[in-house]
Amino acid sequence: MAAPANAPRRRALRFRGDLALAIVVLTPSIVAVAIFIYFFIAYTFYVSVVKWPTLLPDYTFVGLKNWINMFQDMRFRIDMRNLVLYALGFMTQCIVIGFLLASLLDQKIKSEALFRTIFIFPFAVSGIVTGVVWRWLMYPSAGLNQLFSLVGLDFLKSKWYTDPTWGILAVTIASAWQFSGYVMALYLAGLRGISHELKEAAAIDGANTWQLYRRIIIPLLAPVTFTAVVLTGMGSIRVFDIPAVLGTGAAFSTDALAFHMFQLTFQSNKMSSGAVIASVMIILAGFLVGPYLASLQLEESQ
Amino acid sequence: MKQLNRREFLKFGALVAGGAALASCAPAAPAPQQPAEAPKATEAPKAAAPAAGAQKLEIFSWWTSGGEIEALNGLFEVYKKRYPGVEIVNAALAGGTSSGGNMKAVLQTRMMGGDPPESFQVHLGGELIGTYVKAGQMEPLDFLYKEEGWDKVFPAELIEIASYEGKPWSVPVNIHRSNMMWYNKKMLADVGAEPPKTWDEWFVLAEKLKAKGQPTLAIAESGAGFTAHVFETMMIPVLGPEDFKGLFTGKTSWEDKRIATALEILKKALDYANADFLNVSWGDVNQLMVAGKVAMIIQGDWTPGVLWSLKFQDFGWAPAPGNEGIYQMLSDSFGLPKKVKNREAAINWLRVCGSKEGQDAFNPAKGSIPARTDADITKYSEYHKWAMEHWKKDKLVPSIVHGAAAPVSFMTDFMNAINVFATKKNVEETQAALVKAAKDAGFQK
Repeated sequence: MAAPANAPRRRALRFRGDLALAIVVLTPSIVAVAIFIYFFIAYTFYVSVVKWPTLLPDYTFVGLKNWINMFQDMRFRIDMRNLVLYALGFMTQCIVIGFLLASLLDQKIKSEALFRTIFIFPFAVSGIVTGVVWRWLMYPSAGLNQLFSLVGLDFLKSKWYTDPTWGILAVTIASAWQFSGYVMALYLAGLRGISHELKEAAAIDGANTWQLYRRIIIPLLAPVTFTAVVLTGMGSIRVFDIPAVLGTGAAFSTDALAFHMFQLTFQSNKMSSGAVIASVMIILAGFLVGPYLASLQLEESQ
Repeated sequence: MKQLNRREFLKFGALVAGGAALASCAPAAPAPQQPAEAPKATEAPKAAAPAAGAQKLEIFSWWTSGGEIEALNGLFEVYKKRYPGVEIVNAALAGGTSSGGNMKAVLQTRMMGGDPPESFQVHLGGELIGTYVKAGQMEPLDFLYKEEGWDKVFPAELIEIASYEGKPWSVPVNIHRSNMMWYNKKMLADVGAEPPKTWDEWFVLAEKLKAKGQPTLAIAESGAGFTAHVFETMMIPVLGPEDFKGLFTGKTSWEDKRIATALEILKKALDYANADFLNVSWGDVNQLMVAGKVAMIIQGDWTPGVLWSLKFQDFGWAPAPGNEGIYQMLSDSFGLPKKVKNREAAINWLRVCGSKEGQDAFNPAKGSIPARTDADITKYSEYHKWAMEHWKKDKLVPSIVHGAAAPVSFMTDFMNAINVFATKKNVEETQAALVKAAKDAGFQK
């Protein structure tokens, strides 16, 4: 089947050249992206403004009713609060720990490759596994708490993710453990890109280490930080696996938008309500990605 | 050089295109066969059954652990004996009732994709009706009930719960009772108390235990569901069985003052629960009672099996306070999806599920009682004998949390509202949330 099809196409290619090739190569992915990304985004928004409360599609237009209901929903409000806390905790930990690890690795230490590998390893673990492991580490009557009481550090004992108010912050510990290594890799690449002359010049001008970092390195790493913020921010919005394993907690203290959406759509068959949450997530992601794309454009035009 | 690369690339492209063309052919191939097979099955079902050696019976369930597998295999054995030559495919997936809900999500995809299994496990009543019956995906089973004489062996109230628009939609294989109280005999004896018959008596007992520093009620609310289960046993005595059932038909309003009364009982009872109930998960309550950390568990009758497996014998049972004479039930059942590949094999499966032989093969291992009232009582444990007595004479009401009373959408809203209540204890806010859920589910306007 392949052989006869080959000959005429080869001839055509010789005439039309690169353009034809470009069309051939790009069309499938453009079509796939158009259908599987943009069409479904549009479809999700459409579903969010129709009735559809059961398995069977019901495209009766109801306007923003589902959206208003959702914004009055207690669980959704708790989810939004959780998102804010989660994003703050997750981003801060990833960026601070990632930056510290990268700075330490950048000190021309021995067996750097080994440490680099160790720090980035958690990133290779799936979120479900991370959730299961940290679930036991932070289980109130086991894991870390048991360790603390064994070594006489009882004041460090905590309810971790079972705390009805701050449990979500304990969840970020697990997520940050997984993702900090990746942020470290980003920073390490950034640090390697800073020229030695610059650091030496600063040293000659009498800058101490603190000033070197404060005035030279951190500002120069701003684009990396920006990338890290976007990546961890996206991670915060779409987080699903770790809360799914840790449970939604008391009064949804460790619930997440994506998990709520999953339960609405796939367990309660509330298609339209699920679509509202999915749309909210897309919009939130847009707030993050928009500035990122704009900054890329700016860089290109410079 | 460049040319060569392109040529190679094109060859690869052609391969991909060819592959895609082949792939698109593959699913189309069985299509013309199907209509050819279908009329054969309807014209001469009896003749087709033994002849078709390749007939498959695919059964979806969430029974994947210990006694459940044994119970399901018991049903399969009966089926194999009666209908040899049919290959049974056990498509069990964990997580039907847990928050993951794996099995239900996969089933939903298959059903909506027009590729249903021959039959699947589903809670009889609201869960099936709200999900697949109203969506027009199931066949009514009134013909089978008549053929097999099930109208006479299943209690009329059970058939009523299984029915929508006057027709039953699934065949119950078992019955669990949810409004039960399991108590630590020693802890009650220590304060000289009998198992309480009403919630008032219960609070007297709870106060006595509290004086000794012992919590009375086991609650596990690290996720939604457990407290909602307990709350149902508070609604039933306050409303009575008829008005409780009326909550799902619009006869009883969720704005009724008695709902607030039941919430007040729950609010008060939570003061007598294990203090760490927001950290405890559903599976851990049994150990709490075994260890003497709580005096009782209000939970369904899957509990004795777990307690026995923990080598704990010193417990007693009674209906939850105020629930005497009212059997709150849930039932695992099987239905008949439309467009199944082997309709005859699927109908035979349902025959086995509803048969006395099938139910007596399934239930002793599962730790539940048969839905039939004529089952062989000698095969069951002491508790189950007690339960079978009550099954014959008590009034029946369906469980919300276990899918019998209402569609899953309402069930989830109900559990979530009570989950928040367990933390915030706000009666008005919670009742408002319940009223909204009832409106969303179409119980009232």
